[in-house]
Amino acid sequence: MSEPTPEQLVQIDYAPPRAPWPGAPAEFRKGTYSHAGAAKNLKYLGLPNPRDWQPADADWKLPENWREIVLEGMRERLEKYRSFRLFMDICVRCGACADKCHFYLGTGDPRNMPVLRAELLRSVYRRYFTPAGRALGRLAGARDLTVDVLKEWFYYFYQCTECRRCSVYCPFGIDTAEITMVARELLNLVGCNINWIVEPVANCQRTGNHLGIQPHGFKDTLDFAVEEIEEITGIRVEAPVNRKGAEILFVAPSADFYGMPHYYTLLGYLMVLHEAGVDYTFSAYASEGGNFGMFASHELMQRLNAKIYAEARRLGVKWVLGGECGHMWRVLHQYMNTLNGPPDFLEPPVSPVTGTVFANARSACAVHICEFTADLVAHGKLRLDPARNDRFAVTFHDSCNTARGMGLLEEPRLLLRAACHRFFEMPENTIRERTLCCGSGAGLGGDENFETRMRGGLPRAAAVRQVKETHGVNLLACICAIDKASLPKLLDYWVGGVEVAGVHELVGNALVMEGEKPRAADLRGEAYV
Amino acid sequence: MIAAAIAYLAFAIFVAGMVWRVVAWARVPVPFAIALTCGQQKSLEGIRAAWLENPWTRAGAACRTAIEALWFRSLLRDSRAELLPGVGQALPNGRGSESTSEPRPLGSGCRLFYRGDRSLWGGALLFHSCLLWVWIGHLRFFVEPALVGPANRFVDAGLLAAVAFLFLRRVLDRRLRYLTLAADYLPLALVATVAGSGVLMRWWSHTDVAAVKRFALGLATFHPVAPVGVGLLFYIHLFAASALAVSIPFTKLAHMAGVFFSPTRNLPNDSRARRHVNPWLAPAQVHTYAEWEDEFRDRMRAAGLPLERE
Repeated sequence: MSEPTPEQLVQIDYAPPRAPWPGAPAEFRKGTYSHAGAAKNLKYLGLPNPRDWQPADADWKLPENWREIVLEGMRERLEKYRSFRLFMDICVRCGACADKCHFYLGTGDPRNMPVLRAELLRSVYRRYFTPAGRALGRLAGARDLTVDVLKEWFYYFYQCTECRRCSVYCPFGIDTAEITMVARELLNLVGCNINWIVEPVANCQRTGNHLGIQPHGFKDTLDFAVEEIEEITGIRVEAPVNRKGAEILFVAPSADFYGMPHYYTLLGYLMVLHEAGVDYTFSAYASEGGNFGMFASHELMQRLNAKIYAEARRLGVKWVLGGECGHMWRVLHQYMNTLNGPPDFLEPPVSPVTGTVFANARSACAVHICEFTADLVAHGKLRLDPARNDRFAVTFHDSCNTARGMGLLEEPRLLLRAACHRFFEMPENTIRERTLCCGSGAGLGGDENFETRMRGGLPRAAAVRQVKETHGVNLLACICAIDKASLPKLLDYWVGGVEVAGVHELVGNALVMEGEKPRAADLRGEAYV
Repeated sequence: MIAAAIAYLAFAIFVAGMVWRVVAWARVPVPFAIALTCGQQKSLEGIRAAWLENPWTRAGAACRTAIEALWFRSLLRDSRAELLPGVGQALPNGRGSESTSEPRPLGSGCRLFYRGDRSLWGGALLFHSCLLWVWIGHLRFFVEPALVGPANRFVDAGLLAAVAFLFLRRVLDRRLRYLTLAADYLPLALVATVAGSGVLMRWWSHTDVAAVKRFALGLATFHPVAPVGVGLLFYIHLFAASALAVSIPFTKLAHMAGVFFSPTRNLPNDSRARRHVNPWLAPAQVHTYAEWEDEFRDRMRAAGLPLERE
């Protein structure tokens, strides 16, 4: 089956169906959902109900008592998460969130409105856990938990990227990411997950990173990057692995080591860390900053994340520096210290170059590379020649998690302004805390999910198209590994002629290194203009 | 005396229900620091942080919650997204576009336009503030001497207009009509009944205010007296108000207390500076370094990576 064209996909009908909510059961149409988690991955991780199945199958091979398992899981989570309990109770359905979801904007499917996505779960909550729902049923918005409802959960909670944009607009701060995370935990209890999540998780559990790169392969990649930098700049940088006694442990999303265009960002990191003279090490055991466990359950997120502090302790570093990644930073910023802290064997981070104390990270002892490099630039410790990026007119895409789960907004912009002459913002409704998701986050980036991803990314692409037309933008900078993986395809599909790069790639391009040879080309090997 | 009994019963259910509701929320832990940030974090000197939209102190978070509750801050951001077609294209709603002659590189030149829309913010603020004003005005029935005067006619009109707005948008906007549940019309109907009957009593039937006050004071001093000569409207008003009060703890109207509990708004964004403790967390089932090295030792040795055990 050929992929739908942009002209076909943009025919979005926002008119709600005639039949009242909840409407017809979810339809598993090819291109709009992800493949089921493979049994071997579930087995490796010890997750329940490993089996061969696909979402389009009529029989999902659920355990016989699946309903009891799910309801018991729901009861347990209502007692564990105030967010979940509260968000089940207080929504007034004012509709402010309705057209804030990129999946709703891209599909017109009313069940992609955040309010109705939550109602999928809320209706079952009312039926089994509230007096009004038990007594009045449908009239109070309650409904029975059936196999069709479970399938609907699967379809729509794996069609939410946990980007939290809707929550910005909600007068009660109801956070669909919280609801989706609980819903996915419930689905996981009966073995309903997707392979694009459980395979990376299983890989990460075993090898230390999502891609399943083994330690020797990891070292090879870094050695190769070192050679490439030497070729471009004439300078040999260091990229130590598992070195005890280093001051800093550097953790990046593993896509930076193998993915394109992520790899150029890796070159940028190595150049900046060398030029600043930082004493650091990579770890092959904790070679993943990203955390797909977060997209399955809090327990899996904790398991994978634990390796970072464990490795920091084993190697005897003082603090942790983290690379460019979105959900990785949701975890490092908001969860790591709680899940696997306190890291009382580390020290409050201090920049060895500028002496800046990162007081905002004094307890978790983890600093974002953009914070670190922005501090270097602000102190004039790096020589940057923005003319080297003159072939680019740059815009910046805030990644959902660093924008709404952290507030890292100005640091990357400071770097871009220092490293590029031509930097243009997208419209204000599409950046900073209102930034639009790439449409492939939270584990939904599989090829089989193509149509949904293109639809979900439409609002972002439309904003990029706007700055392309008004300012001639030809490069989108971002600080998220999933963005770097998904946006090139998305922008080719909807816009054309716009490349994607990490912020540290542009910094690396502009960086004038001590003793470098005359540079004729940027990190991609393209000649400077 | 039935009127007094119903009023007492409704009040008791409201108070007990709210206590139950709030305790039910309060006893569930907040396991993670999930502040939703809407502005620049506090990080480097020289970068201005947004103390209100991204608070890093408890006081800042309290201000943020207060502004959410009093000023509906988040609704102020509201907008409506509109998909505009590209050149020579038609969208399902029938609008084509031939505005510019500029060539478009790829098929769909559509764009999304976000039109700022503060109608819900305005309507909601009008509704809640008039309701609060009217409610405070009612206190004059329960204390002697009355410390506050009644709400004026503009407030009454504002309340009715706001109820009408909130109702009409649910009915007229097809998207909102679709996402509205039957249960969402109940509170609107009750408020409309209470407000409508109150306005009629005051401006049309001129119900005997002194009689109402005798009844209310009787309730307040636990010496209930039957209301005398107050008319049917008064009973409608009282019963609908009682039904409304009773429904609050058990329906979405509990949002009046819930807004203060929302962890995305009331937590400071300080999770790297201060550790947030989760009371139920068990230690992670880690795949340890030792297990990992055991699996890959030979290859690590061959690659020249340092080992813990040779």
